[in-house]
This record gives sequence, C-alpha cells and structure tokens, in this order.
Amino acid sequence: MAATDLMRRMAAPLLMAAAASLSAATLPEDRAEAMYHSYNGGGVEVDGPALEARQKIGSQVSASANYYVDSISAASIDVVTSASPYTEQRTEYGMGFDWLYGNALMNVGYSNSDESDYTSDTYTLGLSQTVFAGMTTLSMGYSHGDDVVERVDTDFEDSVDRDQFRLGMSQVVTPTIIASVDYEAITENGFLNNPYRSARILGAQVPEQYPRTRTSQAVSVGAMKSLGDRKSAVSASYRFFDDTWDITAHTLEAGYSRYVGSRWIVDLKYRYYTQNAASFYSDNFDRAYRYMARDKELSTFDSHAATARLTWNVFDGRNSGITKGNVGLSWEYLYFTYDDFTDIRSGDLYDFDSQVLQLYFSAWY
Amino acid sequence: MIRIAALLGLLTLTGCSNVQPWVMPYEREALADPLMSYSRDPMMDKHRQHVFDVRAGARGAGTSQGGGCGCN
Repeated sequence: MAATDLMRRMAAPLLMAAAASLSAATLPEDRAEAMYHSYNGGGVEVDGPALEARQKIGSQVSASANYYVDSISAASIDVVTSASPYTEQRTEYGMGFDWLYGNALMNVGYSNSDESDYTSDTYTLGLSQTVFAGMTTLSMGYSHGDDVVERVDTDFEDSVDRDQFRLGMSQVVTPTIIASVDYEAITENGFLNNPYRSARILGAQVPEQYPRTRTSQAVSVGAMKSLGDRKSAVSASYRFFDDTWDITAHTLEAGYSRYVGSRWIVDLKYRYYTQNAASFYSDNFDRAYRYMARDKELSTFDSHAATARLTWNVFDGRNSGITKGNVGLSWEYLYFTYDDFTDIRSGDLYDFDSQVLQLYFSAWY
Repeated sequence: MIRIAALLGLLTLTGCSNVQPWVMPYEREALADPLMSYSRDPMMDKHRQHVFDVRAGARGAGTSQGGGCGCN
C-alpha cells in the first residue's frame, strides 16, 4: 500500500499536466501498436495481425499508418447450406495525418481494403474543437467510400458508393463524470447484397435481391464515472439505430474498469444488442417479390457479448527511447439467437456462439 | 426533428451565453486518468467494433471507420 501511495505521489505532477491538457486540443501521442486477433464461431474462423504506428512531425502534425489482415476460413450456415466452404484473406492499409491548429484538431485519412471479391477505398475528413474552457469537445467527420463487389466464379462486378457523416460532443459534467453524444448518418448506393447468398421461395433457393439504396441513422449517448479513490471507473452507453430498410436496433453497453496493483488494469464489459428484421426479409417467401433477402444479419435477433480485458503496464516514465510499454489480452464471448432464421438442416431456429481473442502490444516513444 | 434541432440551437445561443465553466482544469485530475479514456487502446476497440458491425444490421455512431467486408 505504501509503495502504491508513493507511486501515486510521483505520478501526481504527470496527472496534473495531463489534466491541464484536457483544457486544450492535443496531438495524439507517438505510439506503435501490434495485435494478433482471432474470431471463432458459427463455422467461421478469422484471424490475423494488425499493426499501427504514429509519429509527430514538428509540433503541429502527426502522421499515422496502419496494416490489418483478416485470414478467413468460412463454413458459416450461409455457406454450408448454399455453397462450398472456402478460405480467403482481406488486407487493409491505411494512412492519416492530424493537424493541430489552436484548439482545433483536423485529420485526413485514406484506407484500402482488398479481398478476392471485394475492394474498398475510403477517404476520411475530420475536425474536432475544444470549447468552453476545455469542458466541451465538438467533432464532425465525413467519409466517402468506393467499393467494388465481385464474384470469384463469374465475371460479375458492381459497385457501392458510401457517404458517412458524423457529429459528436463530449462534455465534462463533474470532476469525475464525462458524457458524450454521437450521431452518424450513412448513405449507400449500389449493389448492397452478397452475390453468393440465396433467398427461399416455398423452400426453393433463388438469388437475393436488395434495394440499391440505403440510408441509416444512429445516435449514441454514453457516460463514464471515476469512482471514489480513482482506482476504478464505470461506463454505460446506449445506441439507437434505424434505416430506410425498416431495421430498428438498440444497443446497450456497460463497463467496469479497475487498477489491480499499480501496473495492471482489468476491464469488464457487457453488451446487449437487439434488432427487428428488414422489410424485405423472410426466412421463406410465399411468392416472388421485387426485393427478397434471407441474410441473418437482416433478420430479427438478439446478441449478448461479455468481455474481459487485462492490460499490463510493463514499464512507464523513462525519459528517452520507449517511454511506456503495455501488453493487453482480451477475451470476448458472443451469443446470437435468431427469431425468424431457420437452420434448414434441422428445421430449428438458428443460434450460435463465438469467441474473440486479442493479444496486444503498445509502445509509446 | 428540424424544429427540435432549431429549438436546441436557440437555447444554446441564448441560454448558455451566461453559463460559466463549472469544472476548472485543475479539477480534472480524475478525468485525465487512463481509466477515463473513451478508447484506451484504439486498435483493440476498432477490431471489436468491426466484429459487431459485420454481424448485425446496425452500424455507425461508434469507433469503426473504413471499408471492406470480411463478413462471411
């Protein structure tokens, strides 16, 4: 306990400096991150590495670059009931620049994602501004995406244009509470269904047919509170979503974070998600319609997710070279239950569970 | 919706003009602690959001950006 108090006294000036920085916009810290991620569930295995590095250029600009890989081995229920299991790889590259000007932080970014039958280019602009003596941070952003959709076994090719608009506000409420409100609208035009997936009419499989436009809106509110002696914090958030396909969704999330000793942090999270089906979704249509989908992501379902994350601060506070190093390990359990999507192999309503693992390294310099 | 937004905007311009900051920078020590960061490890959170986004109809107002599918 005495050692912990001593460390806290030594860290106090640093924390005060960080607190003062809350009153003004700052560039992101110079940092390198590496992660191995793994998803396993519902017949799908996805794993791969991710890398990201960020470096200041002078006092007003910060540059970043990232690399991410999904190695996919898919035998999901969609695949085993209408196609053959397959493997493929998705690779994503990205780069960005942040520019600090007074209390405003601007950023531009570009990313490219490529897999055998789907290519995406995304351009991002963002602006955040701290106001009201640093108590309020306002942010806005815009992204444009150009996607190309293909089928590997035919010469089919189509496109998707995507525009995303974001607005956000983060507010210091009390010396221990911070709250946020975020809004995002997304419009898409083009080929929005999966070219491999089938719908069913009276049990017979036919190609899916989706509208070529979709507009969605999401609003989220959240708050975090530091508890008592600043050794722990709680958080809660809620998101409302609806779109022009008549999907309405609700997401609730709660979290608890705590220092264990001076160098370990434990995070626990729970997430509940529920949505109703799209207007043109059916498990089994009674006749042909203009639009028909049997994508379980457009059906009525609930999901639960429980997460445990452990972060170890390996070292901290050196004056040169690498100043801080963290190692993180996260395990997440997800469970999905569908109300109107049938496993046609058994005739029962479908459900599945999955696990996500992340092993993470971060170095500040 | 537009009327509500206009009303909120008007209240912000008029009602808040006399409101002073009530939490001074030197009172924000607890808020500066890493525990109070919205995303302490952005790479892990971005991947987590991607896992959810590709398995649900809803998207947006989270930490995820960028394109691609990886969703089979």
